[in-house]
Amino acid sequence: MNWQIDLITLLLVIICGIGAISVKDLLGASILLGAYSFLMCVLWAVMGAVDVAFTEATVGAGVSTVICVAAVFQTTRRAKN
Amino acid sequence: MKKLGLLTVVVCGVLLLLKTAEFADWGDPNSPASRHLSPYFLENSIKDSAVPNVVTAVLADYRGFDTMFETTVILAAGLACFFILRVRKTEKPKSTYYRHVPTATTLRIIEGAVLPEQSKVFKRIDSVWVPFDLILATTCKAIIPFIQIFALYVIAHGHHSPGGGFQGGVVLGASIILMAISRNLGAAIAHLKEKTTVLMAMIGVFIYAGTGAFAALAGKNFLDYSTLATVLGVDEIMARSHGILIVETGVAIAVMAVMVWIYYNLSSAGKQDEGL
Repeated sequence: MNWQIDLITLLLVIICGIGAISVKDLLGASILLGAYSFLMCVLWAVMGAVDVAFTEATVGAGVSTVICVAAVFQTTRRAKN
Repeated sequence: MKKLGLLTVVVCGVLLLLKTAEFADWGDPNSPASRHLSPYFLENSIKDSAVPNVVTAVLADYRGFDTMFETTVILAAGLACFFILRVRKTEKPKSTYYRHVPTATTLRIIEGAVLPEQSKVFKRIDSVWVPFDLILATTCKAIIPFIQIFALYVIAHGHHSPGGGFQGGVVLGASIILMAISRNLGAAIAHLKEKTTVLMAMIGVFIYAGTGAFAALAGKNFLDYSTLATVLGVDEIMARSHGILIVETGVAIAVMAVMVWIYYNLSSAGKQDEGL
């Protein structure tokens, strides 16, 4: 019963991952990276690794997104290449 | 060059995907990992350390070294950010900006001019990025205490439910970062100074390593918490449970301090006057 949700989440993970490296807007890229982390967190939780999911939600989706955004604010917002 | 890179990535990806077919199934009881180690931890963690959450027992007790050096790595990350980014001396800015709170007007104070001293109605604001949203600021102010209580719950309840020192510490650090975002960097630094974060990061690692060193000095293995039994006045099994809580507290303090420290340095490019 769960495999449809798994498949959709996995597809979204891949989309977010590819989006994060191909988007020119660095702020958008860091937000996409946060979304990627959150979807990974959902996947961990589905697989029963709740501790890992919790860490991914706090560190990956929470603090590292904020740190990425803070770093973007110190540089230009558009990627050069 | 780009095509070569794409080719490499595709070939490596296909090879890795082919290899995943040989992996053990998810949750397979006959896979090598769940035949030797997992049964031991599942059967003995309650008997050894009276911790219902096996993950916590493995992380902080059976694999205590791993978590200790993880904490050290986080401290090293904070130190690296500090040494790369921190500017020792900052020249005073030419002009500073203040908000007159009752009328919500912005004042630019040029060098030499001073505001009336000890005035409560003027608030320093950043020069580059100064949206002021009363709803946002008030909501964050109201939410922060609850986040911190939740973080303390996560740390203290790590024996029974998912979570522990690392996650709780990150949530605690995030509450300070939220304060810095919702008001400004100066408001957060006024609550938690940079010196304090550095000191707390060191103390956190010291609590962990010190617990291990205490066990070594008492004549048992490094990080063998059962030596705490005589100090705490409990039997050896409960001593291991309490030892886990002590090191988790150390991890939480260190992680919280380092997260805030890294944010201070990154958001202000090391100047720590005004930031995101």
